[in-house]
Amino acid sequence: MNPWQNTNSAADQMHEMLEHDILVIGGGAAGLRAAIAAVQTNPRLNVAIVSKVYPMRSHTVSAEGGAAAVIKSNDSLEEHINDTITGSDWLADQDVVEAFVREAPDELLQLEHWGCPWSREPDGSIAVRPFGGMTIERTWFAADKVGFHLLHTLFQTSLKFESLTRYDEWFATKLLVENGRCQGVSAIELRTGEVRLLLAKAVILCTGGAGRIYPFTTNGAIKTGDGMAMAYRAGVPLKDMEFVQYHPTGLPGTGILITEAARGEGGILVNKDGYRYLQDYGMGPPDPWPRLRAMELGPRDKISQAFVHEMRKGRTIAGPYGDVVHLDVRHLGETKIDTKIPFVRELAHRYAGIDPVHEPIPVRPVVHYMMGGVHTDINGATPIAGLYAAGESACVSINGANRLGSNSLTECLVFGARAGRHAAAFAAHHRSLDRAALAAQARDEAKRVAGLDGTDGGTERIAMLRTEMTRAMEEGTGIYRDEGSLSKACDVLRTLRDRFARIRLDDRTRSFNTELIAALELECMLDVAEAVAHSALARTESRGSHQRTDHPKRDDARFLKHTLAYSTDGAPRIDYLDVVITRWPPAERVYGR
Amino acid sequence: MAEPTIALEIFRYHPEQGEAPSFRRYEIPYREDWVVLDGINYIKDQIDGTLAYRWSCRMGVCGSCGMMINGTPRLSCAAFLREYFPNPVRVEPLAHFPVERDLVIVMDDFMHKLREVKPWLIRGQETPLSEGEYRQTPAEVDEYKQYSMCINCMLCYAACPVYGLEPRFLGPAAIALAQRYNLDSRDEGRRERQEVLNTEEGIWDCTLVGECTTACPVHVDPAGSIQRAKVTATVDWYKDVLLPWGKR
Repeated sequence: MNPWQNTNSAADQMHEMLEHDILVIGGGAAGLRAAIAAVQTNPRLNVAIVSKVYPMRSHTVSAEGGAAAVIKSNDSLEEHINDTITGSDWLADQDVVEAFVREAPDELLQLEHWGCPWSREPDGSIAVRPFGGMTIERTWFAADKVGFHLLHTLFQTSLKFESLTRYDEWFATKLLVENGRCQGVSAIELRTGEVRLLLAKAVILCTGGAGRIYPFTTNGAIKTGDGMAMAYRAGVPLKDMEFVQYHPTGLPGTGILITEAARGEGGILVNKDGYRYLQDYGMGPPDPWPRLRAMELGPRDKISQAFVHEMRKGRTIAGPYGDVVHLDVRHLGETKIDTKIPFVRELAHRYAGIDPVHEPIPVRPVVHYMMGGVHTDINGATPIAGLYAAGESACVSINGANRLGSNSLTECLVFGARAGRHAAAFAAHHRSLDRAALAAQARDEAKRVAGLDGTDGGTERIAMLRTEMTRAMEEGTGIYRDEGSLSKACDVLRTLRDRFARIRLDDRTRSFNTELIAALELECMLDVAEAVAHSALARTESRGSHQRTDHPKRDDARFLKHTLAYSTDGAPRIDYLDVVITRWPPAERVYGR
Repeated sequence: MAEPTIALEIFRYHPEQGEAPSFRRYEIPYREDWVVLDGINYIKDQIDGTLAYRWSCRMGVCGSCGMMINGTPRLSCAAFLREYFPNPVRVEPLAHFPVERDLVIVMDDFMHKLREVKPWLIRGQETPLSEGEYRQTPAEVDEYKQYSMCINCMLCYAACPVYGLEPRFLGPAAIALAQRYNLDSRDEGRRERQEVLNTEEGIWDCTLVGECTTACPVHVDPAGSIQRAKVTATVDWYKDVLLPWGKR
């Protein structure tokens, strides 16, 4: 007998209904910030965090370099806005960027007041470091484990709120939308393997990105686009999915991130001849150096693209895991390296077998971040009433076609808090729930999950499908794309979806069935990957991280627009939405001068 | 030439199936740059999808993948196969915790203890954000920085013989976390936390074996934090006994 069937009786499901005012899906920076904002907005609300891992395992933990906000007297909100819009190649919504930059300093100060161990100036004030694409030093840091400290500070602070409930290691599989409102989720409790119904007046998706749709990524195993896929299936469009950020400096083989702070602190990128090649790609001149918004402190999209050109010219260095260039920090000296970027030294030593104090670090571009995500407005609200999204899973949008380093941690805080506050207001005014209909939906979802194990003759192994998916994405939707590569990726993804219907799992048990979770994650990734490939195919221009060799120019007349990908029974339906332009009309994107 | 291989002997236990715990041996390709976690992932993907374990970041910072590797608590993402090759590697769940299934331990007790020590900034008076940051010099940051590096991987609990015998012991990571806030110049909550620390199950259970500090992959030095807490608690006690009210 199929063990899943135990929970399928209506009586059981009704008995097991768990109800809260707000459910936050995901326990990373955005999720924790949203949850705290919600309980602080209205302490009477009962808020729960549902996370497939214990919150301190969330991928926020891996962020290294810093979080941007204007705090120094030599800086201005105007400059941060301008940098972010330029960095986005004018695809960011300018009203949203303004709100982001305005609210950023208080959010980082709030983290400081909650105990975040920010690095300091000798006088005890907050220290800042330079970062790519930023005109002025404004990146707050805690050595080079910023995401780690930010996440643990948020998690530990969250523990003091009595009205906050956590469902750790619960994997949400479906948004329950009834009567036009999102009223909860269906989720698998990993410990028991039971499919449970969680009801709420509002749901906030903070599930992170989907770097795992690619084979070579900085992202941890959990970054599988679950929330994006859930929203997409519920009818919410995924916005600007073709914009995938390659970070210029990942360790070959593992894809482990070497932070941009290494360059912020003065590291240089050189090719096989020891030549600082970025000067050949509109980022120079190399001197005087260091200069902000130039050379190694240019934006990530352009630096990653320069690598590809160097490789084609035969000026990169062959290695066992593909070509590399060298990130050289030796001239910083051991003391500065150990003070400012100790984690870089540790990671390079452990995973690349070199000591950056004495040798350059081999690096290559690596998939790092999804600029796109669940379509939301400036408050994190999606088109479905009661459903919100924030952080990397959302596209609000401040990042446009290319995110600037150190804007994303701040984004998690600013828009996590906004989503939390707005969800709290919504939940207070929408008290009714369609319980019977929701229970019926949850029963259907339990049956769907139960049917995934392949007992009816499945043969496909999920690891194989996953490998083929990531290969298709790398080959078809990498740093440079064209119609041929993208069409092929779309075709492969479609056949993988058909094959997914015939998977077979080794594990037919219930408790902590991580193979089942991996299958559900793969299904999410296939949805997200299709949205990426089709959105990229439809955008016949080049902008920011989306570079079409067959359409190499930016085309504002046709594409100063957000892509919206809608789920259908077949290929995604692609639509467009105007970008909000307020005071910064599109212009040429200039660095290095 | 045949590819070299290495054997992983992995603890298998699935209460749902009612079988006694056992070890299962898997022969996998040996790669010099693979960590034990790579080997386990290979097994999961290619050989046996039923193996259960936790992992995510694979770079030593998320704290998910702690396991006993040849009897020593390690992060499986930081333990290289080459440290063991050509001998087999024995992989077990972290010691001293109940086992959920295979390499997955039950961490409820640890999560409960983390909260017990009130790991958040406690202040009598909250200063509004408009007044800017609380000033803290680099030297003041250094006072607690080391104890703020804990990734909650629980290797120290698996290493601690006291926790093995007395599960009520608050344990190394929780005490270090309490100290992280106690030593933070912005915090005023030391007295509150002392109620939890200064008990039989708190700092006084520790017998100073120091295994926690040896096991810690991020050099938090929990043993040192416990020593400091004992000194502080002793000084507090003398002050309480010897000094009149108001001078403490």
